[in-house]
Amino acid sequence: MPLDHTTQTPAATSQTDEARRQIEICNACRYCEGYCSVFPAITRQRAFADGDITQLANLCHNCRGCYYACQYTEPHEFAINLPKALAEARADSWERFAWPGFLAGPFHRSGVAIAVALIVGLAALFWAAQALKPAGGEGFYAVMSHTIMVSIFTPAFLLPLLAIFVGLRAYWREVGGQPVSLAHLKAAFADAVKLKNLSGGAAEGCNFEKGDRFTNVRRWHHQAVMYGFLLCFASTGSATLMHYLLDMPAPYGLFSLPKLLGIPGGLLLTLGGLGMAVLKTRGEKDLGAPALWGGEMAFVLLLSFTGASGLALYAATGTAAVSVLLPLHLGAVLTFFLLAPYSKMVHGFYRLAALVRDAQQKS
Amino acid sequence: MLGRTARRRREALSEITDKVWDVVVVGGGNAALCAAIEAAEAGCRVIILEGAPKTYRGGNSRHTRNFRCMHQGPLSVLTDSYEEDEYFNDLLLVTKGNTDEDLARLAIRTSESCLPWMEAHGVRFQPSLSGTLSLGRTNAFFLGGGKALVNAYYNTAADLGVEVVYEAQVKHVEIEGGRFQAVAVEIAGAAPCRVEGRTIVLASGGFQGDIDWLARAWGPAARNFLIRGTPYNRGVVLKDMLDQGADTVGDPTQCHAVAIDGRAPKFDGGIVTRLDCVPFSVVVNKDGERFYDEGEDVWPKRYAIWGRLVAAQPDQVAYSIIDAKSSTLFMPSVFPAVQSDTLEGLAEQMGLPAAKVRETVDAFNAACREGDFHPTELDGLATDGVEPRKTNWARPITEPPFYGYSLRPGVTFTYLGLKVDATARVTMEGQKLKNVWAAGEIMAGSILGEGYLAGFGMTIGTVFGRIAGQEAAKGATRGVNSNAA
Ligand SMILES: Cc1cc2nc3c(=O)[nH]c(=O)nc-3n(C[C@H](O)[C@H](O)[C@H](O)COP(=O)(O)OP(=O)(O)OC[C@H]3O[C@@H](n4cnc5c(N)ncnc54)[C@H](O)[C@@H]3O)c2cc1C
Ligand code: SF4
Ligand code: SF4
Repeated sequence: MPLDHTTQTPAATSQTDEARRQIEICNACRYCEGYCSVFPAITRQRAFADGDITQLANLCHNCRGCYYACQYTEPHEFAINLPKALAEARADSWERFAWPGFLAGPFHRSGVAIAVALIVGLAALFWAAQALKPAGGEGFYAVMSHTIMVSIFTPAFLLPLLAIFVGLRAYWREVGGQPVSLAHLKAAFADAVKLKNLSGGAAEGCNFEKGDRFTNVRRWHHQAVMYGFLLCFASTGSATLMHYLLDMPAPYGLFSLPKLLGIPGGLLLTLGGLGMAVLKTRGEKDLGAPALWGGEMAFVLLLSFTGASGLALYAATGTAAVSVLLPLHLGAVLTFFLLAPYSKMVHGFYRLAALVRDAQQKS
Repeated sequence: MLGRTARRRREALSEITDKVWDVVVVGGGNAALCAAIEAAEAGCRVIILEGAPKTYRGGNSRHTRNFRCMHQGPLSVLTDSYEEDEYFNDLLLVTKGNTDEDLARLAIRTSESCLPWMEAHGVRFQPSLSGTLSLGRTNAFFLGGGKALVNAYYNTAADLGVEVVYEAQVKHVEIEGGRFQAVAVEIAGAAPCRVEGRTIVLASGGFQGDIDWLARAWGPAARNFLIRGTPYNRGVVLKDMLDQGADTVGDPTQCHAVAIDGRAPKFDGGIVTRLDCVPFSVVVNKDGERFYDEGEDVWPKRYAIWGRLVAAQPDQVAYSIIDAKSSTLFMPSVFPAVQSDTLEGLAEQMGLPAAKVRETVDAFNAACREGDFHPTELDGLATDGVEPRKTNWARPITEPPFYGYSLRPGVTFTYLGLKVDATARVTMEGQKLKNVWAAGEIMAGSILGEGYLAGFGMTIGTVFGRIAGQEAAKGATRGVNSNAA
């Protein structure tokens, strides 16, 4: 029996195995129990199957508290870096569950791929605007007819949703998920709306951009993006309903529902996204999945750009700039939707699923 | 490029060596930080000389998880009350009376006001960790553990303008005519230098990192001991003070050791290497023989006893064997157990004489009797007719797979320390030194003469660290005045 050396040092194994190695050390330690939902979930078990690792990885919000609090980080031979290990296992799971799978790698790993997709999306929209220029129509619809927008965006919205659904189903199977009850959903949403797992356990936030000091800056920015996105989504949704159900086509005035939702939403999305991008340059790369950094950065910038171009479009209402800004904005939205299943955007869906699963395991 | 960094380093160094600091703090763990923060808040210019690199800053304090705290009513995360007398009695029990009652009571009484002080200086608490419910009333657990506490204190100290130098090993404390003048320091990448101060706080821990010293004190067996905490506590400052005639307390030949996983790293394995399987197991030495009652008491209480027991076995190693029915009754271990479907297979994998292990386990099994088994309390399920007896949780080891763990003594700290008074002042040949204070492990022997009470190390460090910082600050200002006069 090996007495004089440890078996708990990292070896060249899979990301899941490395995460498991670290989680087993944490389970013997438990000092980080108060930081987030990951540790209580760890302590409920003694052995960790691959599906358990996937679940824990998606439950982790990468607050990094457990890294700075860990007495076993390198150069210690236990070499704990749980935020990184879980980030890599998480990214690995997203690529595994993505459908069709070959799309996931490039967009997760490369900001350039996202930028290229954006340019293609923009070009497609400019082409559509040029080639299919409507004869009549008011406002936006003078630039692009409603029918064309709908025929582009309906599939561009539904197909990614289908892809995400397929991925989530695979996730649910791997983590051994059970039928979902209302109570589970309530618990999961209660965590999500407050981003409880980024609170560091003492509501002082996370350790992202200031090393071992806690701040809520990232949490607030993330909230801005999340709520900004939801408001924008609600704005578009309300406009669609107004168009079809109430026969009230765009443009809408300042005090209409789409604008009341869309303008604050756009502002939150733009500023929150920019903030996230700035924070990303300050955070330690090696406490996440370094290979994904570029893809994540491109994704937050894309989000921010989508918000900003939407606001610009509204500000330009009635001017000639609309003919440029409309395809610009719609091209960004198109790219965003199409990439949703293969970019950082999926994290929201998997994280929510992980929170639901966690609620099940707690009960 | 290189030239510039070298120049910058020289400049940084001269900033440290060109002035006379109000308070020089030696060490960078809990006691040092509490002292530095108190002194800085009193308006002093303070320098911390931490021997370890930044990643290993915080000594053994970074391995801790809780703080034992007196409280007359609910306090922060602590429920109910834990009064002075109960606390003191707990201390008397573990130290077998080997304590200084006045200093002990001072530490206990002051702990109550330390908790809010800790919170005000960035430490966050949480309810007791899973698996440690027995400490929920008496001990406040640090959110994120001791390293999070250490980080919070370093940030607080930085905000107060305290200068911190890492990889700064103090080699010698210059004391003349009962007065400290300067320390001799070796800072990584620089020539040895002197740092002058008006006062000094010594908070550099025990000497357990110096294996040669341990071996001199304990005997050659100590070379097989594992050190649970930092390798940087080598007692250099303690020895330097002893050589200059400082008064000491604590038994120089003793250290606090517990039985930990034999596969733990030589240093710094910390909390995760503890093994809680012993009460449910049969423990044999390398000859395959049992040597002590595995079921004497609930494990946390017997933890330290087993450190000594294992230290007395050949090669300072023992093996704990359980079977399938006990495999989930204790906290998970950091290393997976050795596992086999047969007892002989297990013995072979662990390098034990298989026939002898079989004989020992058979004899033990034959001595087990029917009865109710309660893993969480003393259940009185004892053996009958085997030596040594197992007095609780004695169930036959029969159900495969069988699991085995090796055990070795893991040293937590040493007892020998500097003698201090109630103001944490160090004495030399019975005389109080004018401007030297000590806090934490380096003086803990004054209060903890033997044994250990969970969470008391941090109590001693916090209480005396704060006192030392306050007293040194007073001394520094007095010193300025008297120098001027
Ligand atoms: C694994 C483990 C778990 C523990 N858990 C707990 C617990 O939960 N609760 C509790 O109360 N106690 C616990 N203890 C005991 C506790 O760690 C100590 O009592 C306490 O940390 C002592 O604090 P200190 O500041 O005196 O020493 P330390 O924190 O060890 O600090 C000593 C410092 O001095 C520095 N140093 C040493 N020599 C020199 C030199 N020559 N020059 C410059 N710097 C030097 C070291 O680098 C270090 O920073 C535990 C101990 C261990 C090993
Ligand atoms: S991250 Fe480190 S300190 Fe936290 S539970 Fe894991 S091993 Fe312990
Ligand atoms: S990084 Fe934060 S959220 Fe993730 S496991 Fe560590 S403490 Fe939990």
